[in-house]
Amino acid sequence: MAAVKETIDTVAELERYKYGFTSEVEQEFAPKGLSPDIVRFISEKKGEPEWMLEWRLAAYERWLAMEEPTWAAVKYAPVDYQDLYYYAAPKKKDGPKSLDEVDPELLEIYAKLGIPLKEQEVLAGVQGAPRVAVDAVFDSVSVVTTFKEELAKAGVIFMPISEALREYPDLVRQYLGSVVPVSDNYFAALNSAVFSDGSFVYVPPGVRCPMELSTYFRINASQTGQFERTLIICDKGSYVSYLEGCTAPMRDENQLHAAVVEIVALDDAEVKYSTVQNWYPGDSEGKGGIYNFVTKRADCRGDRSKVSWTQVETGSAVTWKYPSCILKGEDSSGEFYSIAITNGHQQADTGTKMIHLGKNSKSRIIAKAVSAGKSDSTYRGLVSVHPKASGVRNFTQCDSLLIGKECGSHTIPYIEAKNGSAQMEHEATTTRLSEDQLFYAQQRGLSEEEAVALLVNGFVRDVLQELPMEFAVEAQKLVAISLEGSVG
Amino acid sequence: MLKIYNLHASVEDKAILKGLSLEVPAGEVHAIMGPNGAGKSTLGNVIAGRPDYEVTNGSVSWNGVDVLELDPAERAAAGVFLSFQYPVEIPGVPALTFVRTALNAQRRQRGEEEVTAPQFMKLVKEASKSLKMDFDMLKRPLNVGFSGGEKKRMEILQMAVLEPSLLILDETDSGLDIDALRIVSEGVNALRRADRSMLVITHYQRLLDYIKPDRVHVLAGGRIVASGGPELALQLEAEGYDKYLPTAA
Repeated sequence: MAAVKETIDTVAELERYKYGFTSEVEQEFAPKGLSPDIVRFISEKKGEPEWMLEWRLAAYERWLAMEEPTWAAVKYAPVDYQDLYYYAAPKKKDGPKSLDEVDPELLEIYAKLGIPLKEQEVLAGVQGAPRVAVDAVFDSVSVVTTFKEELAKAGVIFMPISEALREYPDLVRQYLGSVVPVSDNYFAALNSAVFSDGSFVYVPPGVRCPMELSTYFRINASQTGQFERTLIICDKGSYVSYLEGCTAPMRDENQLHAAVVEIVALDDAEVKYSTVQNWYPGDSEGKGGIYNFVTKRADCRGDRSKVSWTQVETGSAVTWKYPSCILKGEDSSGEFYSIAITNGHQQADTGTKMIHLGKNSKSRIIAKAVSAGKSDSTYRGLVSVHPKASGVRNFTQCDSLLIGKECGSHTIPYIEAKNGSAQMEHEATTTRLSEDQLFYAQQRGLSEEEAVALLVNGFVRDVLQELPMEFAVEAQKLVAISLEGSVG
Repeated sequence: MLKIYNLHASVEDKAILKGLSLEVPAGEVHAIMGPNGAGKSTLGNVIAGRPDYEVTNGSVSWNGVDVLELDPAERAAAGVFLSFQYPVEIPGVPALTFVRTALNAQRRQRGEEEVTAPQFMKLVKEASKSLKMDFDMLKRPLNVGFSGGEKKRMEILQMAVLEPSLLILDETDSGLDIDALRIVSEGVNALRRADRSMLVITHYQRLLDYIKPDRVHVLAGGRIVASGGPELALQLEAEGYDKYLPTAA
């Protein structure tokens, strides 16, 4: 019977990370360790302008003087920063002009990653494929950028940031580090010194980006720190929706990922940034897995600008991540919708910061945490209102769902209101997945795992609805996959 | 045909069912009546496979299948449906989504094709119409904010769509006003069929005015202590359960 076979297969999969494979594309490494020479090596490899090298070296100096933060509610073995590779690029012959020139093994990886068929078609350049632009980042270097021409017609720039540094140096220079300064935090400083690639987006005034922009990050080489740098600039009255999705192959060594994402929204601009993250979370003993120490921040500089972060975090061994909004513009608004699912030995300390500087700025936070196994999840959020920011409004809702008896969930809200006119609301709930609900669903024919998936999907529904349609479906499946083996 | 023989079951080590035997032939409706705490709801839960209910002895078979060997979902796919006394709320899951997921899960288990969206909508529209339910209600999260009557109707709607062969109604009349009781009963009666068996668990006789049983059994002290025709229900209504209660020695 098909159903029985499916069950057996599912059980067999439990111990094995679905994306645990290693590709054999040839790598070009910089030697291990971090030094000014490595920074120079990276900058030279990228053919960067002189000012960029100086910027990196300054960041390196700042990093040396900083200490790794310890305030997050996560525990992990110390990272030996001198024992990591900081640069690895797939060997290539002078940049592929078309997909035919792309290493077939790369395309095979996309297939293994389960990149939706539609997007594989996009990658394969199939006629009439849906309009999703994919900038695939494979171990630090963007290999394929599709739909560039169509985007160019609209005036939208979407390219690897290394390329943007060569083609639009002034634009990059104007905004790079203006939202997340080099000295912002330990990991941001590290990223600024050694980032190897990432995406650059510029949407000109009044332009509504004609398609979703999508990037697949993937960490492939063993012991390679992945330092992505993303910069998105939405000029006056423009709009863009951006999706970042991630998977990584299985590795024994813990791998460090310290990305920086900067978003700038000018007057009346709107940016929707969605993340689906399912990096390797470590095995059943908690061995291996990705350290995800990411700095994501949006600067709502313009009046009436709007930035919305939506994240579905199901992977990584340790997550340290607070996508934030600086609400400088009058009537600007920031949103944060989050689903954080932890299972096994995963630890997540995630949340957001909404910094209200502009008058009548608004923010909305909906955070859903699902903890299972022996995992631990913390929501940490800051809502801060500047003395001059009158008429500010915030709504925060944090809901936690516990599955089993060995997991933990914590909510740590920081609220600072220095202007008396601010209206802030905070709601928080913690519930346990109820036996009654589980039995009810099973009585109607759902297996235990199907029942858990359905109930959890119901719990996170408010946030799933914020994802672009095609990714919401994917995320829904991911919710089910990441909770396999969490009950019984 | 439902065959229960010498069934013993306990909850948290407390024996509730103590040697219950019962047979319900296909096409028949049997009522289980009895005083509070007699084990009526336990019987329904044991047949459906609720995890906390431990069967310590005896057997339950449905159409020749040993249901005690199956997990709750497999029992559902084999045709067992328990209409809950207190239907559970499922936040964030629209009723339509829930029912469709359940139907397809059962069909997959039986090796049948999943229903398509249009087929499913047709089924649900017919069922909701006959139960006088507002279709828009089915787009809301299952049972969340539903009244007692709406929840019970929702149970009957699921019964109509999932098409089980063994229907167990656990105190379906509780919390219903007289109009809701009539609509729900009509819904149940519409599901009577020659190849279906029904077990109607109730404390009061009034439900049996609407759903006419072929047989009535009295459950007391964890066993069937009396069985008879519909007239037994009327007699219980008049005399109460006193004579079936254990007397102090």
